[in-house]
Amino acid sequence: MELKAVGTAGTLESSDVMITLEPRDSGGIDLTLESSVLNQYGRQIKAEVLASLERLGVKNAKVIVNDHGALDCTIKARVECAFYRGCGCDMDGRFDWGGVIR
Amino acid sequence: MSIPRPKPERFRLRRTMMFMNAQKPGLIKDAYIYGADSIMLDLEDAVAENQKDSARFSLYHALKEIDYGNTEVIVRINGLDTPHWKEDIRVCVAGGCDGIRIAKTESAHDVQVVDEAVTEAEKEFGVEVGRTLLMAALESPKGVLNAVEICQASPRLFGVALSGGDYRKCMQVKVIPGGIEMLFARGFMLNAARAAGIQCFDTVFTNLNDDEGFRAEVKQNVEMGFDGKSLINPKQIQIVHEMLAPTQKEIAEAEKIVRAFREHASEGVGVFTLDNGKMIDIAFVPGAERVIKLAKASGIYEGDL
Repeated sequence: MELKAVGTAGTLESSDVMITLEPRDSGGIDLTLESSVLNQYGRQIKAEVLASLERLGVKNAKVIVNDHGALDCTIKARVECAFYRGCGCDMDGRFDWGGVIR
Repeated sequence: MSIPRPKPERFRLRRTMMFMNAQKPGLIKDAYIYGADSIMLDLEDAVAENQKDSARFSLYHALKEIDYGNTEVIVRINGLDTPHWKEDIRVCVAGGCDGIRIAKTESAHDVQVVDEAVTEAEKEFGVEVGRTLLMAALESPKGVLNAVEICQASPRLFGVALSGGDYRKCMQVKVIPGGIEMLFARGFMLNAARAAGIQCFDTVFTNLNDDEGFRAEVKQNVEMGFDGKSLINPKQIQIVHEMLAPTQKEIAEAEKIVRAFREHASEGVGVFTLDNGKMIDIAFVPGAERVIKLAKASGIYEGDL
């Protein structure tokens, strides 16, 4: 599974986070984070996003995170959704729940 | 991180079953604090077509990471006429929800198709086969008329629920105070459920500003014999719990029946009369026990049965 196009998921509502993943050929992960709770949780949000990307096998991408106080479970959900949207293939019946999605 | 939920109980108390959009993080993270007996995380009508994928990821992590305590967690999956239901079942089972609500059920076959897909998913994800419960929502005249076979379709099935919005549309009727337009559907579904020994739940009441109308409908639900009701707003929970709570007089009577029956049974007597002249036999015992269970759940039982 490979990120082929820009994938976006989430909203700008309270308790949610909007994630945009943009593929690139090299340069690793370039993460931009905006958050209403940046001072308290910035580091944790970043770590959560990076861990999800690693599980999904994303090595090079531009990542924009616009957070409005999302819980860890929401952050993971939005990263995964943005990734599969960016992959653009039909995954029904094949999503790896409990594997790379966890 | 995962919350190990206890094995779901097929016939637990389900007075209030509240719908919540599985896609909205702000809602699902607090779902358990409202005190509903069950919450129903919705992948169906509450989720727009272009967010069906997104809702599953939210659902999966919510199931795995939010501690819902004693609140039962049901997921309403998309209809069998959509491309979504199979993956919905995979995520429900992998996430370890307690049960699945089948939308727009029209036949026993619908239930069996879901049952098979659930079994397959349980094997795939290493979940005990048979753990995941089912409930069927009847939303059309065909579904209501097939209630008898639907109610007997699967050992996973704990109940049936009426879904009034679609049913009324099919019947070309609107919401009538007193519920004459739903009388047949409610009565027939209740009979089918009782004949199969499963639970029965009434449809949602959607006018949140009509408190009196809501209370009248809940009162009728109780009188008709429903186990509980689907809800759309937390403010409806307390009202249903209060209205389903037995009175002190009913509790005292129930206690008397259970105690007297136990005493007489140990002496080998099956039928006897209480001091108020009422004849009691074993047929009265389950009802009395249910009253005591309800009283305990309502927090008003002070006895020791």
